[in-house]
Amino acid sequence: MVGAACAFYAARSGLSVVVVDRGPVAGGTTGAGEGNLLVSDKEPGPELDLALLSTRLWRELAEEFPERIEYEPKGGLVVATTGHGLDALRTFATTQREAGVTCQDIEGADALHDLEPHLAPGLPGGVHYPQDAQVQPALAAAHLLRASGAELRLGEEVTAVLRGPDGAVRGVRTPRGDLLAPAVVNAAGTWGGQIAALAGTELPVLPRRGFVLVTEPLPRVVRRKVYAADYVADVASGSAALQTSAVVEGTAAGPVLIGASRERVGFDRSLSVEVLRRLARQAGELFPVLKGVRVMRTYHGFRPYLPDHLPAIGADARVPGLFQACGHEGAGVGLAPATGLFVANALTGGTAGPSGGLPVGAPTLAEAFRPERFGVGAGVV
Amino acid sequence: MPTLPSDDTVPAAPDACDDAPYDLAVVGAGPAGLAAAVAAGRLGLRVALLDSAARTGGQFYRHPAPGLGARRPEALHHAWQAYADRAARLEALVAAGRVDHLAEHHVWAVTGAAGEWSVHAALGPDGADQRRTVRAAKLLLATGAYERQLPFPGWTLPGVVGAGGAQAMLKAGLVLPGQRVVVAGSGPLLLAVAGSLAAAGAEIPAVLEASGYVGYTRRPATLAANPGKLAEGAVHAAALLRHRIPVRTRSAVTEVHGKDRVEAVTVMRLDRDWRPVPGTERRIPCNALAVGHGLVPQLEPATGIGCATRLTPDGTHALVVDDRQRTTVTGVWSAGESGGVGGAELALLEGELAALDIAGRDGRGRTSRARRRDRLRGFADAMAVAHAPRPGWTAWLDDDTDVCRCEEVTAGQVREAVAELGARDARTVKLLTRAGMGWCQGRMCGAAVACLAGGAGDTASRRPLACPVTLEQLAED
Amino acid sequence: MSRNPRDTSRTPLDLAHATPDPAFEITLDGRPLPALPGQSVAAALWAAGILSWRTTRRDGRPRGAFCGIGSCYDCLATVNSRPNQRACLVPARPGDAVTTQEGTGRADLAV
Repeated sequence: MVGAACAFYAARSGLSVVVVDRGPVAGGTTGAGEGNLLVSDKEPGPELDLALLSTRLWRELAEEFPERIEYEPKGGLVVATTGHGLDALRTFATTQREAGVTCQDIEGADALHDLEPHLAPGLPGGVHYPQDAQVQPALAAAHLLRASGAELRLGEEVTAVLRGPDGAVRGVRTPRGDLLAPAVVNAAGTWGGQIAALAGTELPVLPRRGFVLVTEPLPRVVRRKVYAADYVADVASGSAALQTSAVVEGTAAGPVLIGASRERVGFDRSLSVEVLRRLARQAGELFPVLKGVRVMRTYHGFRPYLPDHLPAIGADARVPGLFQACGHEGAGVGLAPATGLFVANALTGGTAGPSGGLPVGAPTLAEAFRPERFGVGAGVV
Repeated sequence: MPTLPSDDTVPAAPDACDDAPYDLAVVGAGPAGLAAAVAAGRLGLRVALLDSAARTGGQFYRHPAPGLGARRPEALHHAWQAYADRAARLEALVAAGRVDHLAEHHVWAVTGAAGEWSVHAALGPDGADQRRTVRAAKLLLATGAYERQLPFPGWTLPGVVGAGGAQAMLKAGLVLPGQRVVVAGSGPLLLAVAGSLAAAGAEIPAVLEASGYVGYTRRPATLAANPGKLAEGAVHAAALLRHRIPVRTRSAVTEVHGKDRVEAVTVMRLDRDWRPVPGTERRIPCNALAVGHGLVPQLEPATGIGCATRLTPDGTHALVVDDRQRTTVTGVWSAGESGGVGGAELALLEGELAALDIAGRDGRGRTSRARRRDRLRGFADAMAVAHAPRPGWTAWLDDDTDVCRCEEVTAGQVREAVAELGARDARTVKLLTRAGMGWCQGRMCGAAVACLAGGAGDTASRRPLACPVTLEQLAED
Repeated sequence: MSRNPRDTSRTPLDLAHATPDPAFEITLDGRPLPALPGQSVAAALWAAGILSWRTTRRDGRPRGAFCGIGSCYDCLATVNSRPNQRACLVPARPGDAVTTQEGTGRADLAV
């Protein structure tokens, strides 16, 4: 998704673009994601600013690709399960509001039920985030790529990053030959560290595994993206241990999606019955109506995770001509358009953007996402 | 040299508490799993035999429930005695406490490692009741196969049923989908189905085989080495002759007509690549169509624990097994169709071979069985090649033909994903169109989608859940 | 209906020499139908000449049993108000009320 957005905005800026992927479109983490476009789970800071910009850009893209990407501005509802949790959630929301997030406090079980009639009874309250939205990530990536007009080289693995005598990037090598270009954007997501290594530098991207449960097709039983307040703490945590907090949402196609687990177990693809048990239990606690519903399938993905939970975006000062666009952890789809716009700006020297370029404060953001901030050898486990 | 105990003595039950892991869990009580469980039980292992159905036999030896009072179930089967013998031995082993037959156990996943497998099952006829986890040191997966389907205009109309489906409903429920049934598709199963349906009273206006039978004769050595298979074929041929059923090769049903149910089919001649030959349309009135294109190995839950797969001669994926029926994962064996479609006789043999290895036995019993197995595998591969779908079949698809029955995704949508959106494989088509994302998880449309996306990939599709399971079942400890 | 003159078995029950226990009654959308002990819901419906008992989510098209072995999920039925049961697997029981399942079978949950 991030690569597709980079291609899209770079092409819109007048560059000629070729996209190389060892797999198919959306073959990595994009195809294993729920397509969350969230501001609700982000604390004030550079990632939230990037998410707010992305929220606006996704709205523009949704107008450009009506229905095809299944954009749903459905909003998020974060619910607290205890009074103490509600206080903490409220405090958190207040800081978000000051940073530009739109949100409303929801008081009591009745008000929650008006928003989500199937929520378990007796919950103390929550916060409603109307800016949260969803897309179907594979469709979004495919349509952005098509609209970019970029040349697609799928099923072609980059085996080397070509560099000139001065060390500057001059293209990539694949089994089908050399592709020459003065700029290479690394949007390899969870595998971004490998591309960085091919370019002679380091990016400490680690996989953080997540499972999603997919139910049988249902009518709309969950209107919004609904999750328990502990999810925010899990997202922000750097722990390697398993964390689960129910994130429940309906989809345009019918099935309800249930996340979200986080654990650092490398690229382990085996099924964890314990993860499924916890997700199922937590989802059933939030929405008792789902208990008798069948789960048709489950899938997992590997979020590309950098040690400070922020992506690496922009020109990599260590290797001229190399641009980074990876490490978005679980927010890659949501943050993709803003990332693409930033990268396009860096590629063109600041003229990119369909809406008049980057917002005020972009330089500060760029500083936070500097790819070389980890240094060489830092943080690689 | 010990082989399989040949008398009917049953070893005494060991002292075992209920929670102790089994020596062996066998998933699937069809010919392979049943033979394996019986053999392993008689070799002294404590065995759990799990199957989704209420009775053993799998699809091949599917038979009516006792309430139907069938005194001659063998009338619907070839080689019934092989089943009846093992079913009787299983009963003795169950009575002796050597084998537990865990019926109506739908296995949705396996986790663990050699020595400590956990087999997770959802209970009940439809798997919607409680949940149970069975622990075992070793694992034999004999999960069988399901029918390969290729779509055509009208194939979603009621009255169009799988050829194997018609056979299954007849064997278990003693019912027919209609009184005038066209049988079509490809593969040796069609003749057996036509014979059974006719014997049960249906009129069969035609059997349409998209390939031919000449492929067999190109391998005379394989044929000569398999007299049993020849006899089986002769039985089917004789049945068709008796019922005066015309068999047309290089022909296919290319369209089904009817408003709410089947009223007629259009049949066309095919060229060598299965492309319909214009001008050869013929309409056959009927009230049902039984259709299928061979079988697809059921790979779950094996792939979920990392068992490697191979591409078979007819374009499906099967588990990789060695000459002792070991999969590529330590402590896991496979027997029967999950390791490649080959029929019941082969499945019985493979089940016994697996049991011998699992029990640590070797010797003559193994080598002679292995020889017979290799012969039967050779025959199965020759048939698979002879009946493998040819690429021209996609010419009978309209753009508005549903390819994915569950999600109602049309051929046009799949073609658009390939031509316009960069999909090159079935998984990407699924992500972009939802073909294969529904209840059946691509089991019915998988072959067709793979073909439209450019051919079967090197790896089988992954289904971490082998079957649906309720949220409540998942949440249980 | 033309029948082959040499065919001696006229029905599947004849072929298997079946003498079932007494039939009982189930209903489809309130219409009473006979079922034999040991038959699945799908088999009982087929025996009554009924081939569809579900309509699809998108186009509302009729569907019934297809694969016959529980793999295709086309035969999903609502039995005794419980939706999405595979009719080819679930045994018919006396008094079972089968209702034609529309779409997801859970329209009552829509919000």
